[in-house]
Amino acid sequence: MSPAIIQVDVIIPTQTRYLDLIGSIGGHIAKELDNYTGDRTALAYHLNLVLTEATANAIKHAHDKNSQELKDTKEAKDTVRICIHIEDKQLTIKVYDHGQGFDLETVAAPDFDNPQDHGMGLFFIKTFMDSVTYTQQADGNVLEIIKFL
Amino acid sequence: MNFTLEHHNGCQVLFVQEERIDAHNSIALKTELLQQLEQGGGTLIVQLAQVRFIDSSGLGALLSGHKQAALHGGKLVLVNIQPPVLSMFEITRLNRVFEIYTDLDEALTAQA
Repeated sequence: MSPAIIQVDVIIPTQTRYLDLIGSIGGHIAKELDNYTGDRTALAYHLNLVLTEATANAIKHAHDKNSQELKDTKEAKDTVRICIHIEDKQLTIKVYDHGQGFDLETVAAPDFDNPQDHGMGLFFIKTFMDSVTYTQQADGNVLEIIKFL
Repeated sequence: MNFTLEHHNGCQVLFVQEERIDAHNSIALKTELLQQLEQGGGTLIVQLAQVRFIDSSGLGALLSGHKQAALHGGKLVLVNIQPPVLSMFEITRLNRVFEIYTDLDEALTAQA
């Protein structure tokens, strides 16, 4: 029997109360993976964390957006879409947001000698995952995260 | 965010009664820490035994408290950090910033 394909597609309101729900999906997926030989407990925490951080970023960017633009397409900006796809030992997370976007390359790494109370979220995503890209498009932005299992 | 606050041997001890600290409740944690620390001078012990998950905003809230305590001549110390949560402190090297103790008794002994 070939390994199962897992696809989860969720749309949530741009409210932080849903972070627990999204993070817990990652935790549960880690426990259900076929043929995964690594530390499932650690993977569960990391997927929970990465989904939490990526979704929190998308919610924050949606709220940062100019208020007039927000009125123009209010319905679309009131939601964040999260897609998780697992196939052939590759886990792909896509988080779609409708905020003003940012340049992933210009986000500074945390200064561990002078720690700040912000700016660690993308560091965690880059640390625990294998590939991170952020693409800005006319109809929204997508943060794509890949983990090889 | 649910807390309980107790006093032990001249120290304030804040018990965080949540399994998860993320961007939904970290602002409440930060507010509570800053409120407890604004009088200054003392030691605030934060007990994290129930916390199974923390994200960057939760770490940021604790770091804000640490800085606020130092600013007022006091300190914020952490106890009973669960292993997955402790790993987050280690990967960000915040374990070198905070005073971290195994449990409340060890922290209170160190403050005596």
